[in-house]
Amino acid sequence: MTIVIGFEGSANKIGIGIIKDGEVLSNPRRTYITPPGQGFMPSDTARHHRAVILTVLKEALEQAGLRPADIDCVAYTKGPGMGAPLVTVALVARTVAQLWGKPLLGVNHCIGHIEMGRLITQANNPTVLYVSGGNTQVIAYSERRYRIFGETIDIAVGNCLDRFARVIKISNDPSPGYNIEQMAKKGSQYVELPYTVKGMDVSFSGILSYIEEAAHKMLSSGQCSEEDLCFSLQETVFSMLVEITERAMAHCGSGEVLIVGGVGCNLRLQEMMGVMCKERNAKLFATDERFCIDNGAMIAQAGWEMFRSGQVTELEDSWITQRYRTDEVEVTWRD
Amino acid sequence: MAQAKSMAAILEFLSKAELLKQGAEARVYRSNFLGRPTIVKERFRKQYRHPLLDEKLTHRRTVQEVRSVLRCRRAGISVPVVYFVDYTSHSIFLEEIEGSSTVRDHIASAPRSASCEGLEPLAERVGQVLAKMHDEDVIHGDLTTSNMLLRCGPEDGESELFLIDFGLSYISALPEDKGVDLYVLEKAFLSTHPNTEALFERLLKSYAVSSKKSAAVIKKLDEVRLRGRKRSMVG
Repeated sequence: MTIVIGFEGSANKIGIGIIKDGEVLSNPRRTYITPPGQGFMPSDTARHHRAVILTVLKEALEQAGLRPADIDCVAYTKGPGMGAPLVTVALVARTVAQLWGKPLLGVNHCIGHIEMGRLITQANNPTVLYVSGGNTQVIAYSERRYRIFGETIDIAVGNCLDRFARVIKISNDPSPGYNIEQMAKKGSQYVELPYTVKGMDVSFSGILSYIEEAAHKMLSSGQCSEEDLCFSLQETVFSMLVEITERAMAHCGSGEVLIVGGVGCNLRLQEMMGVMCKERNAKLFATDERFCIDNGAMIAQAGWEMFRSGQVTELEDSWITQRYRTDEVEVTWRD
Repeated sequence: MAQAKSMAAILEFLSKAELLKQGAEARVYRSNFLGRPTIVKERFRKQYRHPLLDEKLTHRRTVQEVRSVLRCRRAGISVPVVYFVDYTSHSIFLEEIEGSSTVRDHIASAPRSASCEGLEPLAERVGQVLAKMHDEDVIHGDLTTSNMLLRCGPEDGESELFLIDFGLSYISALPEDKGVDLYVLEKAFLSTHPNTEALFERLLKSYAVSSKKSAAVIKKLDEVRLRGRKRSMVG
């Protein structure tokens, strides 16, 4: 029996989760939400995390019905992500690990998403589309690495959506992406936007700068509504994502797709991916907002796998890093 | 009216053809056209895309593919011959490169199988062909080892290397675009064929030697590599 607690706070969500041999015992989370038109800054986000993290930690233990002595390992997000929030969370993880006398494990955030997705959906060996505010990657496992087949060459798709939300002052509560999704459902007119796929990679900065500039003109001239813009933006960027996922699948001969990351909550994206999968007789796996969106349990799950395969992070190596490639990690728990 | 008729004729033709595979972009059929073994690449409608987006993209890619293939051919690069294009069904009728297999399969099966070409000479050859293509200012846009075909020649004869799948291609003289083209290949290469860094280096060296404008391109490639996301920009 192995019980791991995971600490996650690389962006504006702070979550702490506890996993016992594949079972999620608790997974509380708080989100730092900014007013419409504003994004979240590293120092404010870290301040938010500092204010709530101990409360969330207590909740995690209480909801799991555990005491610190029951924990076998303390996992935390080593990176990638925003510097100040990462440091805040790592500091607490290091402290409790020393207080409780437990080993530490620094986990790659992207791998946390993948391992949680695998656990929840039981997908065998899927092509993974990892899409969030900070990351956009198409990943497939091969020879002890999660290899990146395709990715964004500039900004993440979630970042593109979030920044568009700021342009037309969409609320950030519960998240800008969720509100864009709801508005898109009411849109009907497709407005042509730049579409950029380069091989297996995508680029979103072009479509973002286009829509940032053109949105006000199109809206004030009455050419289209805000709902139409949300609809068109989703249709375009999601098509790009489905396309690079399909290319990776064709290249690897894969028959499974797993979507992880905050943008993976989007039902339209899941729907489009489902249509593509059906056409190729492939299976689609996705999770709900509890596990798509950054959470502590995913770090615990990846930590559980790493710990059981014999990995541990020494205190002097328990730093954080804003840049941490998914393929840098040796996946010792799979063959 | 004429459009509907030609669409129906193509679909009728394809229904009798042998479906080879369904790639990400298109269905690929094998058949006989005007007495020649032919590959038909049909860019079918992608149901997940909005119809207007789908039509624009599909048409653009069909046109780009044909233009680039013709341009390469005129420059003496081995590519399939284009026999016919239908813009209603977005189908391209191409020469079938008989007796060939993808470079991907060649690399994956070596050294277990007796391939007609050793891996290192193959890498050098790929470098040469890409150099020629870039000197022609054609950016392939989707370079992977699945998009290169090797046809083994007679016993001790020359084998021929073909480039295919020009759907994402465009014309550009910029070293940046050529560098990115090579970067796309490098990533596809290394993620598909683990532990082949040395082989790819061989390919790049051969490219550098064969292309007249390679210095700027290689420099850009080095820059683009560093730009990779979440990658420490140090060193």
